[in-house]
Amino acid sequence: MDLTFPPAQEAFRTEARAWLEAHVPAPGTLASLDTAEGFEQHRAWERTMFEDRWSVVSWPAQYGGRDVGIFEWLIFEEEYYRAGGPRRVSQNGVFLLAPTMFEHATPAQKARYLPPMAAGDEIWCQGWSEPDAGSDLAGIRSRATPNASGDGWVLDGQKTWCSRGAFAEWCFGIFRTDPGAERHRGLTYFLVPMDAPGVTVRPISQLDGETGFAEVFFEGVEVADDQILGSVGEGWTVAMSTAGSERGLSLRSPARYSEAAGRLIDLYAARADGDGPQAGRIADDVARAYIDAEAYKLHTYWTASKVADGHSVGPEASCNKIFWSETDLAIHTAALQLLGPEAELLDPDPSGEGQAQPGPWLDGYLFALAGPIYAGTNEIQRNVVAERLLGLPRG
Amino acid sequence: MRFAFTEQQLELRGAVRQVLARECTVADLRAMALGDRHGGAGRTHERWSVLAELGATGLLVPQAHGGLGLGELELVGVLEEAGWAGLPEPLLESAGLAAPLMAAADAASNGGAGSVLGRFLEKVAAGEVVATVGGIDVTSAGLVTTTTPSPEVTQGTVVTPRVTGASVAGVALVALNLPGAGWQLHLVEADPDGVTTTPSIDPTRDLGTLEWSPWPHTLIASGERAEAMLSDLADRAALFSAAQLLGLTERMITMAADYAKERRQFGKPIGSFQAVKHHLANARVALEFARPTTYRAADSIARDLADRSAHASMAKAMASDAADLAARVALQVHGAIGYTWECDLQLWMKRAWVLSAAWGDAPTHRSRVLSHAMAAAAER
Ligand SMILES: Cc1cc2nc3c(=O)[nH]c(=O)nc-3n(C[C@H](O)[C@H](O)[C@H](O)COP(=O)(O)OP(=O)(O)OC[C@H]3O[C@@H](n4cnc5c(N)ncnc54)[C@H](O)[C@@H]3O)c2cc1C
Repeated sequence: MDLTFPPAQEAFRTEARAWLEAHVPAPGTLASLDTAEGFEQHRAWERTMFEDRWSVVSWPAQYGGRDVGIFEWLIFEEEYYRAGGPRRVSQNGVFLLAPTMFEHATPAQKARYLPPMAAGDEIWCQGWSEPDAGSDLAGIRSRATPNASGDGWVLDGQKTWCSRGAFAEWCFGIFRTDPGAERHRGLTYFLVPMDAPGVTVRPISQLDGETGFAEVFFEGVEVADDQILGSVGEGWTVAMSTAGSERGLSLRSPARYSEAAGRLIDLYAARADGDGPQAGRIADDVARAYIDAEAYKLHTYWTASKVADGHSVGPEASCNKIFWSETDLAIHTAALQLLGPEAELLDPDPSGEGQAQPGPWLDGYLFALAGPIYAGTNEIQRNVVAERLLGLPRG
Repeated sequence: MRFAFTEQQLELRGAVRQVLARECTVADLRAMALGDRHGGAGRTHERWSVLAELGATGLLVPQAHGGLGLGELELVGVLEEAGWAGLPEPLLESAGLAAPLMAAADAASNGGAGSVLGRFLEKVAAGEVVATVGGIDVTSAGLVTTTTPSPEVTQGTVVTPRVTGASVAGVALVALNLPGAGWQLHLVEADPDGVTTTPSIDPTRDLGTLEWSPWPHTLIASGERAEAMLSDLADRAALFSAAQLLGLTERMITMAADYAKERRQFGKPIGSFQAVKHHLANARVALEFARPTTYRAADSIARDLADRSAHASMAKAMASDAADLAARVALQVHGAIGYTWECDLQLWMKRAWVLSAAWGDAPTHRSRVLSHAMAAAAER
């Protein structure tokens, strides 16, 4: 067992840190990525990273990466959050679709889609959920039918809750290609440009009032055969590889929580005195959240070592998803409790009395609240843990 | 960076698992619970010899004293197995706490093989003598002694309550911190007259009160050095009890999941009901994250890192919570049968209660972590 990083990885850290310190935009300079203006600013940031090969460090060099391993990726993430890097507008592509492409795409598809994804030129959204198919994803009804000339497909139906869908260029979605087949069998994974004729996007405002996701309607949208990822009828398998990334290693690196937990300790240190009878309870909540962030980091190192030894992540990924989403909530809930009556303030208190900066904590809290819902709700993950890790019978 | 056990570490653990499956059966534990403290025909002694043959009793004892000279990572795996098997004997106290303390004291006194400590160490490693520790507890304010002057007004006699393995131990390392005396650590040899058995809610636990007399020749460390050794001991105690709690937790989850697959209500196995599934899933998640936290603490103590105490506290907090949750959930999933003396679950559940409270409970360790994190933040 060795929990230290060798000199080469430490050198990588130093290099990443120096680059990020020199390039990360100052806090507050980018508008929210869920606005048209902010989206473009965040895209520009992706390009800045790409130009110096920092946008997708773990990818092969031919697609814009640095060919480094999973631990370097974790180190990069630690440095990214340490430097206060902006939210990644390209996250759905880079962290979810790309790992799926490395597993299932043809060489031509990888050459076509990965470089512009890495550069931020093409931002992806995920088109899985439908109004009547959320947790029960295999119940989707949007369909793909062979086109008249037999050399492509026509998409019809509706997707919803597509993060970044309001502004994205591309969508990866699952559609039913064989209505006669068993629910999980007749699905196919498509790559669809959002500006294709027949695609209509209706942005939806989230809890913070910004259009973080969208409904997407498909009416007679023509797509070619080479826009299928994997093969026809294999959509569920391909989707589960994406879901594995969502729940397992790549979507939520521990750095996000370690960084927030560090800020929570600072906030506690600044506000702990004079809390009266609340102090004990808040102290325990703060400590618990801090320890959970640490445990999540350790678990990630544990899993990454397992992967490096040639094993797969397995159904433990569902434990992971429950834990990171609850840790995020625990950190932000504790912070808002420390801020007490000031927690509701969107801007710093104009009286200047409290030095509270609730804004980032509120943003983080709103963001964290969605964690137990997306990427498969935590109830669904608990079903998976019970059935696949503990062997309990299906309901 | 490789956060995983080595093949050898896994093999040792596997060997212990196999041996305990044979030597520490549910029938043995039941016999003890029913009042036969040593489990029929000297099962305690048989078990201890078999563990000694594997080297478990002397795992942390230097090779010069007949031990394996291995480290905390190896013992963590062994103690997880002890938890899984419900091992009643004080392996944690003897191999995990007393032995390294004796080795440290021996090294500090330049004892060599001929010293009293050295001779004891050899016997402990060989499994001929069981050792234990007492007189110390962990609170959020720091270490406290549980040793008090004897109420019997016997001049110079002290009383140390709640010593694990009191009736089988041949030697105990006992702490005291009496007004004027400061911290002291004594090596107390067994005296059957000085041990009073104290019944525990855990029916397989061997707990007793020691009445003994501190003498200059029993003193092995005092003052700051004793305090430093005891703080070391507290880290190991948090770590090793966390390890044993992991094994207990896994066993309770497994028992409950097995039961949930068999027991039928409304025409179906109760394990197909989602409320049951989610209870068990929550316990499984808690176990999943307590594990790496415990393994990291073992590594930090083995390497004597500056953060070792905080890491040990995180492990104990996570493992205590996981075990408490698993105990509650396993009982609930069993229904009334789980509430009976007959049900084997109680053997693991009660051990979990006891160990989760021992050596500082979860809130105690969380407050230690918080103080540490704040001190580190102040330095940044
Ligand atoms: C911020 C955010 C971003 C999102 N981004 C995307 C995206 O980019 N692309 C995309 O396709 N989707 C996205 N989603 C949608 C997300 O995947 C779904 O919300 C999720 O799968 C749950 O589906 P639902 O909302 O229809 O809830 P439902 O499935 O209707 O569930 C409602 C409640 O019932 C519970 N429930 C349902 N079935 C069961 C069951 N079998 N057992 C126990 N409880 C059950 C759920 O756990 C939940 O608590 C996003 C959601 C959010 C909140």
